[in-house]
Amino acid sequence: MKCADFLQELTNYLDGVMDDRTKIELEDHLSWCHNCYVVCDTTKKTIEIYRDSQIYELPDDLRTRLESAIISKCQSHKKSGPQKV
Amino acid sequence: MGAIQPKLNEPVSDELALVNAAKAGDVSAFEQLVKRYDRNVFRIAQHITHSREDAEDVVQEAFLKAYSNLGQFQGQSKFYTWLVRIAVNEALMKLRRRRPERFVSLDEDVKTEEDSLPREVADWSPNPEQLYNQSELRDILSRTIQGLPPTFRTVFVLRDVEGLSTEETAEALDLSVPAVKSRLLRARLQLRERLNRYFQKRETGSENGNNGDVQQ
Repeated sequence: MKCADFLQELTNYLDGVMDDRTKIELEDHLSWCHNCYVVCDTTKKTIEIYRDSQIYELPDDLRTRLESAIISKCQSHKKSGPQKV
Repeated sequence: MGAIQPKLNEPVSDELALVNAAKAGDVSAFEQLVKRYDRNVFRIAQHITHSREDAEDVVQEAFLKAYSNLGQFQGQSKFYTWLVRIAVNEALMKLRRRRPERFVSLDEDVKTEEDSLPREVADWSPNPEQLYNQSELRDILSRTIQGLPPTFRTVFVLRDVEGLSTEETAEALDLSVPAVKSRLLRARLQLRERLNRYFQKRETGSENGNNGDVQQ
């Protein structure tokens, strides 16, 4: 397996969706190709850092305000009832 | 090195019951759906629009659109996937309105494959996120993802931040599964490349740590 082939399979590998044979080939490649090992490891860390990060969290006060605005509009929509919802 | 562990979603077993109650006019059932998903919709909207104000609007507009069109929801997909589809469209519309000079479409296949090939291969510190305080880290992560084309960051946020499956992401974005996979790979690799400068292991006495560059 060449590095380019490894890269093509990287997403499937990180997502754990591949057959056993391909997985063995990939892991064999990883065992001797340091660059691909580093790319794989740092890509995995990239995903984990974003997944665990708290960027763009909805602050509680804004959340309360948005929820009451949405619900009050839904209620008036229901009263005016122009269409079946 | 194993696969990444999927993010656990909240249980959705009662979701259809809530949707049916809301369809029958029970606003409090819809309120529960709002409370369950508003944080997710806000995150997705802000990732796409990069504007807190726009993200607030998207949250309101997406839920109101979902409420007025509940009759169209057939229950073949999850309510959340259907809601995300509405929210992504609202967010993209905001982006188009703000940047009319550049038509934004999820179909665009941006640039060539080369833009995603790793150029720099360097080990990262063992716990790279601990190199910065929380606010610095948030700033780095948000600036880095903002540099990605909308189509890439949208796929990345749905799959890797919000934990939708590849199939759900494809459904929410009206893309094929191979298109989602190809964008996801490129988004992941581009983010990794851009984060290198912040997270790579620093050699003592070396400021830029450029050792390990891949020869072109």
